[in-house]
This record gives sequence, C-alpha cells and structure tokens, in this order.
Amino acid sequence: MADLLNVDYNTSIPNNVNLADDRRVLKALEKWHPGYLNWWNNMGPEGFQESLVYLRTAVSVDPKGWAKFGYVKMPEYRWGILLAPEEEGRTIPCGEHAGKPVWHEVPGEYRAMLRRLIVIQGDTEPASVEQQRHLGQTSPSLYDMRNLFQVNVEEGRHLWAMVYLLQKYFGADGREEADMLLKRTSGSEDHPRMLGAFNEATPDWLSFFMFTYFTDRDGKMQLEALAQSGFDPLSRTCRFMLTEEAHHMFVGETGVGRTIQRTCEAMKQAGITDPHDINGVRALGVIDLPTIQKKANIHYSLSLDLFGSEISTNAANAFNSGIKGRFKESKIEDDHKLDRATYPVMRLIDGKVVTSEEPALSAINMRLRDDYVKDATGGVNRWNNIIRKEGIEFEITLPHVTFHRHQGEFSAIQADPEGNMLSNEEWEKHRDEWLPSKADGDFIDSLMKPQWQAGKYAGWISPPRVGIDNKLGDFEYVKVSGVAANA
Amino acid sequence: MNALVKQHLIDPEICIRCYTCEEHCPVDAITHDDNNVVVDVTKCNFCMDCISPCPTGSIDNWRIVAEPYTLEQQFEMLELPAQEDGLEQETDGGGSLEALEDEIGALLARAHEGTGGKPVAPSSASKPSVNLFNRAKPATAIVQGNFRLTDADAESDVRHIIVSLGNQVFPVLEGQSVGVIVPGTGENGRPHEPRLYSIASARDGEKPNTNNIALTVKREPDGLASNYLCDLEKGAEIEITGPFGATFLLPNDPQANIVMICTGTGSAPFRGFTERRRRTMPDVGDKLHLYFGARRPEELPYFGPLKKVPERLLHKEFCYSRVDGQKKVYVQDRMRERSESLVPILRDDKTHIYICGLKGMETGVDEALADVCRAAGLDWASIKPQMRTSGRYHVETY
Repeated sequence: MADLLNVDYNTSIPNNVNLADDRRVLKALEKWHPGYLNWWNNMGPEGFQESLVYLRTAVSVDPKGWAKFGYVKMPEYRWGILLAPEEEGRTIPCGEHAGKPVWHEVPGEYRAMLRRLIVIQGDTEPASVEQQRHLGQTSPSLYDMRNLFQVNVEEGRHLWAMVYLLQKYFGADGREEADMLLKRTSGSEDHPRMLGAFNEATPDWLSFFMFTYFTDRDGKMQLEALAQSGFDPLSRTCRFMLTEEAHHMFVGETGVGRTIQRTCEAMKQAGITDPHDINGVRALGVIDLPTIQKKANIHYSLSLDLFGSEISTNAANAFNSGIKGRFKESKIEDDHKLDRATYPVMRLIDGKVVTSEEPALSAINMRLRDDYVKDATGGVNRWNNIIRKEGIEFEITLPHVTFHRHQGEFSAIQADPEGNMLSNEEWEKHRDEWLPSKADGDFIDSLMKPQWQAGKYAGWISPPRVGIDNKLGDFEYVKVSGVAANA
Repeated sequence: MNALVKQHLIDPEICIRCYTCEEHCPVDAITHDDNNVVVDVTKCNFCMDCISPCPTGSIDNWRIVAEPYTLEQQFEMLELPAQEDGLEQETDGGGSLEALEDEIGALLARAHEGTGGKPVAPSSASKPSVNLFNRAKPATAIVQGNFRLTDADAESDVRHIIVSLGNQVFPVLEGQSVGVIVPGTGENGRPHEPRLYSIASARDGEKPNTNNIALTVKREPDGLASNYLCDLEKGAEIEITGPFGATFLLPNDPQANIVMICTGTGSAPFRGFTERRRRTMPDVGDKLHLYFGARRPEELPYFGPLKKVPERLLHKEFCYSRVDGQKKVYVQDRMRERSESLVPILRDDKTHIYICGLKGMETGVDEALADVCRAAGLDWASIKPQMRTSGRYHVETY
C-alpha cells in the first residue's frame, strides 16, 4: 500500500499522494513539468541557476522528516506534491454543511468558486518569485541569499501544490488554468498577475523583507482560511504549505529586525541620538528609522488591499458553503454558521469613518483582515523592543487602515497615517513624508552592494543570531560558482 | 531540594510567533498568549516533533532546573533565562544537554567522568541535535553491511557495521553516540537497558550523502548487545535512539590541532573525525595526531584503511603491547617518546585532546601528559582544567 507519510521519489515528481497509481494526473503533471522548468529558468532567480544552495527539502510530511538540508542547484530542487496527513473523521468546519463529513471530491455546486480560489492563490506563488528575481545580485550576505532562494523554491512548490489540485480535480478546465499560471507574468502588460500587489517589482532587500513580513503574511492568512476548507484535499495542501510559510515570515521579521538593529548600533557608536537626523544617520551607511517606517507604511497598506472589500458577498458564499473558513475556525467557539451574528466593520458612511455592526457572514474578509492586523502587530512590537534596548527614542507604528488604500471602503478617500482625512492636495503635499520617495529609494539603492564572502554581512544589516540548520557564522550557505565542497 | 528537571523552553527573542510548533505538538504541550509561545513542562514528553518545523531555531533550548518555570513565568519572559550554575553537573555532566533521557545521560556522564569536571564542547563545533529518537519512538535502521575488522585468526572479533536510516532525518555529528535497543526483555521482565555506541562515520554518511551511519563493535564473550549486533545480517532491521552527546565533538576550526588517543573500539569517533576533515579540509596538513593502541596489528581496527591515510592529513602512532619478541608499547609510552613533538602542541591554545577507549587507559595517559609537560617546564595540572573549560579536553571511556 502507498506510504502516505513519506515522499515517493520514484516518479519524476516527488509526492505523497500516490501519483504512481494515478496515471491520468501523473501524465498531466509530467506534461506541465517542462513548462514549469522553463518558467523557472527564465523567470526564477537571475544568475544563480548553477549555484549550489543549502536548501531544505521535505522527505516526509511527518514533523521529523520535512526539513532535510543539503546543497542543491535550484533547477534540480525536488519540487513535489505534499499534503498533510489525512485526519480521520474530519468534518466540514463552517457554513450550512457544518458538521457533515468533509468532501474528498469537488462538490458540483461549488466547482466554479473553488477553482477561482485555487487559481487566485496559485497565481500569487510564482508572482513573488518573479518580483524577487533580481535580488540575488545584491544580497547582503550568503545567508540572506540562501533564505531568499529557500523562499523562492518553496513559492515554486506552492505553485505545484495548486496545480496538482487543478489537474487532479478540475479536468480540462484545470489543465488550462494550470497552463495560464505559467503564462501570466508579474508586471506584464498583456498577461499581468491577478492581484495588484503582485505586479510591483521588489526593488531592494528592505522591500523584500517588508514584503515577506507583510504581504506573505496575507498569504499565510489566506492559507489559514483555506486550511479550514471542507474540501479536504485543499485543506491538507494548505496545512502543509503553512509549515513552509513560517520560514517566509521568519525571513521578513528577522530581516527587518536585523536592519533596525544595525541602524541603532551604528547610531549609538556615532553618538547620534536623534532618529530624525536623517542625513547624519545615512552618512553611517545604514537605513534611518523614518525611512524604515515609510517602507512599512507602503507594504502594510498594499497588503491590506489584498483582503478585498470589507463587505463581500463572495466571501460570505465561500464561508457559507464551507469552502473557506475563518482564521483558526476550529478553535473559535460559536455556531460556525453565522446566520444571525454581526461583526463590527469600519466603514465610510456619509463621508465619515464609522464602525457599524454588519452581518458577520458578509464581514468575513474584514474579520480575516483584523486577525491579520493582530498577527502583524506582534512582530512590530518586537522590532520596537530592539530599538528600545538600544536606547533610541523611536517607535515603528502601523498606519491607520484608511491610509493609502486602493481597495474597499477607503479607496475613495485620502488619509494620513493617523487616519485623519485629507484633501487630494494635502495628500500630495505630504505624500513623501509617509511613503518612500524617489530620493529614499535612491539612497537605499546605493546601499545594495553584494557581500558574498562567507560569514560577512553588508554594513546596513546585522548578522543573524542563529544560523540556519544550526550552522556556524562562517558557513557558506551558497556556493555561488557552483563548485561542490567535496569535489 | 526537589528532583532536577530538564525543561524545554522557547527563546522569546528569536521566536517569531508563527505557532508552527504548537500545530505540530502531539500532546498539546505548546501554547501561547499575546506575548510568548511557551511549553508546559508537565506535558512535554521530549518527542521532538516541534524541533524540525521551527523556522527560527528558537525552539531548541533546554534548561536543568530545580523549580520549573511556570507557564505564567514563561509568558512574561523577555529573554531566555541563563542556565543556573551548578545544577547541570548533578544530572548528566553537561552544560550542553547530552541527552534528555536520564538513563542515557547517566551513561554519558560516567563515560565523561575522566574529563575531571564539566565537559564543554569545542567553541567552534557545530551545534548537535540530541535525542530526536527515544525508546518510545526509536528510529528503524537497516543493516547495509557487517564486516569483520580484525584478522580471521585474531582473538578479538571487532566489526564495522553500517546501518541505513532510509528516509528518516537523523542528523549526527562525529563524536556523538547512538543507543541500540536489543529486542526482548531481561530476567526481570523489563526491556534491556540501552547500550551506547559511538558513531564511526562522518556526519554526511559512510559515503557523502548516504544517510547512513557506521558503528564499531567488539564482540564481548557474554555481551548481550555486542553479540546481537555482531551477528546481524545484511538487511536486518534494528531500532536505534539518539543521537546523544553534545560535548565530545570535532572543532570546525581548520587551525585546531587534534590529538586523538585511543585503544580498540575507542577509535570509532576518531574515524569520524578524520573522515570529516578529509572531506572538508583535505589541504590543511599536520593538524591531526593519532595515538592508537592494540595488542597486535591484526587486532587494530581499521589497520588497513588507516595505513592508507596520508601522514600529512593524519599523523599516526600505532602502539602494540603483545607482539612476540617485541617490547610492550602502550599509548602512554609512545607519547613520552614523542614529547618533542607533543610539547609545542600542548603549548598551543588551539590544541584539542581526545581520549577514548577503556577506562583503564585514563590514568596512564594522564600521567604521560603530566610527564611530557613536566620535562618541558609546563604544569599539566593547570593546563588540563584550562583546556577542559575551553572545550579542548575530552575523555570518553567505558
């Protein structure tokens, strides 16, 4: 019988879904595979396809087996299809079918909705690889370069995960959608990626860290909601993806934290106490805290847009049908149907920002966004602990949800980071105080010089406190030229 | 005083609150509030399921405590508390936790007694994983080979046994040990006590990237585990636990001098050390020194392969105590003869000394080192504790 914990490496596509006995899907995936590799080679990390990267690969979805480390060339990474183990007796956690056994096949009436959700999720995965493809060239250390590539190959694997669902459960339509996932390209005029935030290039490493902290965290929340799905294969897929997603959160939080750490240390050494002495701080070759705040402002506000409209019928339908749950649905204590409950939603009514009680079913997006804000706040507090420990008076804050929005209730207005409404004129006047200006971008750009000596770090970022896989400080996480250690 | 407890703690300064550990914990020992992710000491059973999914490394922290930290205390922690002094020695002899199971900890503490105090890992050693598999949840290994190392007509039967770990992640470092579970029960009806064996291969396998480990086992006349192991045939399945040991480790510093003194199967860790150096820094010469004692060449494990290792990589001193017509030479005798080359090494603060073999060799080697020092105007009695506390003096005897 098939071993559903350990990964089968005997087929061309590593998997724990018994692909060897599923000829139809195996054939479809094998047909898709060359296109994927082609995409990876053309659109994946630029200039490092021959490098040896110290990556983790899952050999089992059992906790002990899912992080096996070794040097690998990225195009030879074993992208595979891994689903968390099936939970016996699992029931649909929410909506009108709550309490009934989960679906193992796509329920006909929800086919279109499910396909759409999977395609949207799938589209974001390769998009971020495309957005980040130039970053390796300016990586501040081999450690950071390795972390970038780990994020990239796992986003690639997440694409595989979604493509498997499309090809296994959605027939010809699914195959077509799978092909389209390789056709669309971040920033392309003809075939852009589906969501706005995924069509912006990631220009520098601080943006990358902010992106993994704020935008990947939206991805994490969406995965959390899909992990609650009554469609069990989707739930199991997302549960395993979440284990990998944690690494992406880690890269973001510690990346920004190490940037802040270095700035504070350099300020202290130079005797600068005023965080707003921007020229003085920049002269030290580190990124001043107000600019870091601006970067947080833009990435946070763009990420809030990803949650869609505060009041949404689509979201209500997805919840009610049991296709997508809330964050930690199974741990929430209520009736899981929400047909009579309400939820407080911040809205724009008669030109004023007010909180109104709305039907909880329609406010599902809002609720997930609130959970996101809470989740994102924790790391910001820990960044502030670093600043406080270094004795500098400055606090990173998350801007008000009305600030710089392009989706939902507040897309029609302008507001400052405290949430005070502004005229367009005032907004334009102050914009560069709150969002990174061209000059800020140019300054950060000037610091983005590669540091590829093992154990060394660019001057604007501190070394990590703990290495990956317990490696010591001078471990060569990427052998850029691709020469093996044991050759 | 209460019994000492090994407590699992999460470093709040490194943890990013992704709660992945909480999701994976099979006994719900891990929980969180708005501040911290914490481990309930009354529930954690050291199954280690949380270790590998943690993206940060914050999960892998252990403290020996008389009074465990409560959940409330852990929620309030801003940083990881330091190990309280004096406690660690009373349980397993290691500031670095060598094992999480008391019976294994006791075995290692006894093996490390000759160090003369708390053993400390070399500062440049890799961080070991410890106790990933235990008696309740052992790893299954498959025998890939079982070869006799000693001559067919030699009195002693020493074997080189290679076991594959298949898909299991069992990360080892050279110098660590594994526990072998002998099937069945003893006369008292309880399972047999675990037996520890040093790993004789390098961390990445008998050959690079093979996910297997090698053991060096001597058949003892009435030895339960040794006879069980020596009789294993290719393809047989055995259950192992570990890895264990967090101090008798190889320094990563290429400039470190490594003096290895052993008898018999005590050579196992040194085979791993040498192989690791050969694979990773073959061009750094004149750093490894081996003093290896046996009764006769035919009874010296790995005699053939060792002879092929270039002297520049590994300087070898074979000492025989039972060759007909020749003077008995023990490792301590040879060390005295070589004092001229040993003295500059002992003066160097990059020198690490490792002693491994039967308990009986400890005193002789210690006296030899003292004599070598005395003749050169050095004081071994003060050098030894300095070396020990800086992680450069290691004894593992049984």
